[in-house]
Amino acid sequence: MNCYEAVDLMGDALDGRLPEGARAGFEVHMAECGPCATYLAQIRAAREALMRLPVEPLPRERLEAIVEAYRRELGARGL
Amino acid sequence: MPEQQRPDDADLLDRLRAGDEAAFVALVRSLDGRLRALARTFTSSPALAEDIVQETWLAVVRGLRGFQGRSSLRTWIFGILVRRARTLAAREARRAAREEAPSGEPGEDIAGEWVPGAGRVGLWEGRPAPWGAVDPAALVQSREALHVIANVLEAMPESQRRVLILRDMEDVPPEDICNILEVSGTNLRVLLHRARARVRRALDAYLRDGEVPSSRGAPKPLPAAEENA
Repeated sequence: MNCYEAVDLMGDALDGRLPEGARAGFEVHMAECGPCATYLAQIRAAREALMRLPVEPLPRERLEAIVEAYRRELGARGL
Repeated sequence: MPEQQRPDDADLLDRLRAGDEAAFVALVRSLDGRLRALARTFTSSPALAEDIVQETWLAVVRGLRGFQGRSSLRTWIFGILVRRARTLAAREARRAAREEAPSGEPGEDIAGEWVPGAGRVGLWEGRPAPWGAVDPAALVQSREALHVIANVLEAMPESQRRVLILRDMEDVPPEDICNILEVSGTNLRVLLHRARARVRRALDAYLRDGEVPSSRGAPKPLPAAEENA
């Protein structure tokens, strides 16, 4: 496997969806090719950081409006 | 094949349909922030983005009883949001026309990055070098690194931000993203790769040179951040 093919599979590798027939070749290439291994590690690290990105807090009044709609629709019991 | 209903979805759905308010509040809290981030990829108006999310939740509430679980609950909700967003944001014709270009935004700097299906663009001419002593896992502990990511996210084309939110931040399966956004699998791969490459490149610049890219428009503090309060 060359670098072109390896990079082509990196998205699948990140998703844990490497095609069965390509897995061994991909892993061998990653073990042998420093730049590709570095690139994959950095993309993976970036992705993990993305998952940890905090989200904006939900303002109380907005939450209450949404919950009120839920109560009306589902006949929810009160808290 | 679309994502199948998860076992925990079935339990959650039962509770939501039975009027379990605590379960509903937990659902809203877990998804609302990402829904707002996704809504903002369809409109430049914060008020309209809020309306889109609000309407989405109303549609969720009304649709809970009829939801048949062909996809996961989250995927269903994201799909509702995208449909609402497209409807409500349609008036912003100029902006919409720009963001409909599925890939290859003009002037996009992809030098040194690989483009799926298009061969390499100077593959490893500028070889990626390890981030020195920085443990990649430590990135997620660094507020400054998260700032770098938040800024690059804000500045990237909407089409890329959209897929990054759904795939990398919310872990929506690729097949479901294709359905929700009406893009091909190939297009999704291209968009995802470009988005991830942008984030990697920004982190690379930050870790090597201390460069913190500024976001488009007004600088945006990290949400829920203690700083910049």
